[in-house]
Amino acid sequence: MPQQILDSQLHIRSIDSYIDPATPRERAIITHGHADHARSGHGSVLATPDTIAIMKARYGEDCAGKFQPLDFGEALAIDDVTITFYPAGHILGSAQVLIEQAGQRVVVTGDYKRLPDRTSQEFELVKCDLLVTEATFGLPVFQHPPAERETARLLASVAGNPERAHLIGAYSLGKAQRVIGLLRDAGHDAPIYLHGAMIRLCELYQERGIALGDLGHATEASKADLAGQVVIAPPSALKDRWSRRLPDPVLAMASGWMSVKQRARQRGVELPLVISDHCDWNELLQTIAETEAETVWVTHGREDALVYYCRQQGLAAEPLNIQGFEDEGGEDAA
Amino acid sequence: MKRFAQLLELLALTPSRNRKLEALVDYFRATPDPDRGLALAVLTGALTFKNVKPALLKETVLREVDPHLFALSYDYVGDLGETIALIWPHHAKSHELPSLAELIELFNTTSKKDLPDLIASLLTSAEINERWALVKLATGGLRIGLSARLTKTALAQMGGKDVQAVEEVWHGISSPYQELFDWLEDKAEAPQVDPASRFHPLMLSNPVDEAKDLETLDPADFAAEWKWDGIRVQLVMGADGVSLFSRTGDDIGGAFPDIVESVFGRAVLDGELLVGEGFDPAPFNDLQQRLNRKTPTGPMLVKHPAFIRAYDMLFDGDEDIRALPWTERRKMLEAWFARNPQQRIDLSQIVPFADWQELAGIRKRGADENGHEGVMLKRRQSVYVPGRPKGEWYKWKRDPNIVDAVLMYAQRGHGKRSSYYSDYTFGAWLDGELVPIGKAYFGFTDEELRQLDKWIRGNTTGSFGPVREVRKQLVFEVAFDSAQKSGRHKSGVALRFPRISRIRWDKPADEAAQLDEVLALIPAT
Repeated sequence: MPQQILDSQLHIRSIDSYIDPATPRERAIITHGHADHARSGHGSVLATPDTIAIMKARYGEDCAGKFQPLDFGEALAIDDVTITFYPAGHILGSAQVLIEQAGQRVVVTGDYKRLPDRTSQEFELVKCDLLVTEATFGLPVFQHPPAERETARLLASVAGNPERAHLIGAYSLGKAQRVIGLLRDAGHDAPIYLHGAMIRLCELYQERGIALGDLGHATEASKADLAGQVVIAPPSALKDRWSRRLPDPVLAMASGWMSVKQRARQRGVELPLVISDHCDWNELLQTIAETEAETVWVTHGREDALVYYCRQQGLAAEPLNIQGFEDEGGEDAA
Repeated sequence: MKRFAQLLELLALTPSRNRKLEALVDYFRATPDPDRGLALAVLTGALTFKNVKPALLKETVLREVDPHLFALSYDYVGDLGETIALIWPHHAKSHELPSLAELIELFNTTSKKDLPDLIASLLTSAEINERWALVKLATGGLRIGLSARLTKTALAQMGGKDVQAVEEVWHGISSPYQELFDWLEDKAEAPQVDPASRFHPLMLSNPVDEAKDLETLDPADFAAEWKWDGIRVQLVMGADGVSLFSRTGDDIGGAFPDIVESVFGRAVLDGELLVGEGFDPAPFNDLQQRLNRKTPTGPMLVKHPAFIRAYDMLFDGDEDIRALPWTERRKMLEAWFARNPQQRIDLSQIVPFADWQELAGIRKRGADENGHEGVMLKRRQSVYVPGRPKGEWYKWKRDPNIVDAVLMYAQRGHGKRSSYYSDYTFGAWLDGELVPIGKAYFGFTDEELRQLDKWIRGNTTGSFGPVREVRKQLVFEVAFDSAQKSGRHKSGVALRFPRISRIRWDKPADEAAQLDEVLALIPAT
């Protein structure tokens, strides 16, 4: 039974390893570098080389006792368990974890998306018996538009407001680089100005081969220089004193939550950009069907609807209420 | 439709008043008739459809979407229109929608049986923002934070007119407002509106600041009346018939045929709409049942007959008397009433008093014995002007009642607060069990709302659809204007204007009020 390989705390019993544990553990498998998945203080960390680089950049070289890199697609046998990483398409280095034992296959998706994104390795589908899927956008109201459409809206607004800066709230790891990549692909080659909090991570992406073009420091530019330009900052800086340095900024936010206008209004966002690093509802359903899993565990978000849907399809489904993953308060990262 | 959808989105998301104005002016300038006039009607809530209603849209969506998934989504999004727009599962490749005028024509002429198919095909053809605008259009209730005043300011700006001049013609014109736009573009004279046959913006009062006002105001300059617990109305008895307007200028005559059909004479009166036998006002709850219906049922007309308690007159026949002092208007009102004795109108009586101290005593007795909300003070020399001028009219409300109640259930708010648990049901003790006595959703700060939301999420013991039941541990100090007897609530009591006055994080729940204490606050009559 696949359920015996893994328990509801994402603990792989026979090798005593936890996937994305919230508290320090002797052995941790880390799906990707976001703070609610990758924490410091584990004894040993198994992750992709990109994720290890991100963890070291954010928490320091010695944030874990030891690091064991594992490339995508390479099987690692530990006793009678085999671990393989497959790209999750969420951010650079993000992995799904395939656990095989006694002929049973379990996949823990971590966070994932299926829309194309050149700043992340492309999602690969992995067939399995038990699927542990995230459900950040697990409601049928979430139907993400193509990111290119949102980029075009952003650029139209930039062109239409040459005297104003466009301040985009985007999570520092993953979302910021994705937005920059989208702007570059749409032909926007002017410098993009960054908040200090994201400079190190953008450099890391560039060092690892993701081209992001000409990037500037927002704090070093004059107010006049920033008119008609794009500035990217963490969402928390949108309404902060930090943004006063910008000329009459159009407040934008890049997040899957931005499809809900009432959410945008609550945040004072004038230009909501529906750019998400997670699956929307239809992608979640597509993935559940394509993996051919007979059992689905749902974590991380709006579990109710997805569990209900799976059961209607005749699948065994359970919500996992794992402590530590962000609830609605942490919408910024999505 | 594309431009209109863009306008709605911009209005919903732009915090700046000036940018909203600019967008409205641009839209009205660039859009041809009749689309712009119809858009104006939509923006000001003047357009309603006979058969296109929120329930019809929901029904159309539920043909395509599982009801349970819809309910979960609605609970999350907090806005029915937006939920429908986001959840619609079918999207056409190309997006061709009719113009606003064609759409409205379709909504009005399509038979009830064919409407769901029409709505479905429109939703499929629309691009996401248009779908949102389409649903807003069809369901009314835009909730985009646009006041009627701002819209009129935009119209005035567009035509280089004074906003007061727009207000003056506003209630005599209607969709699609051709004559309004002709006037604004200087192609025609101002629309001719018979001033004695239309709504006039109301004169409003300010609350008494007991610490300051009573020392400076001379009691001899003021007349006092009871503050009636109904709704403010304006009764317009003009050449073309009788209209009954709410304080915002909505015509509510359809809900009160007993009034509209019985009154006679020519005048514009300002007064309180109440229900009750023999001019004896019943609790507000009874009036609420009439207000809840667009047209009343026969038994309701018998059980809760409506009447107007008049307190001012704006037009005597065709004569505009608003520029006369209150004393003069009052005399004319009394004389008009003597000439036209009515079955459904009486006069709000003047309450005599010598000084503020005496009036304070009258106010307290009125509250304790008759459940009066307080008294109104009107400067004898005040002329009738729209808005809330300073120093002319005052409301001096009774001191609020206070009760400590226990939070029982919480529900997510709507609109701006849709992700927070912001609607609270609280109760009092009866034989060791809590009985709900009321609901409140304001009185706390944003910061307190965040703390409450967090507490609720951490103390949920059960959930029923959108409602969370919580541990019976948190005490609210609830302020309310009065307690009224109610047969509709299990507790037997309904509170008027309940609000959270303090969150008693410190108070043990078993020290909160017993139901008896609350029932004792209901006045005897």
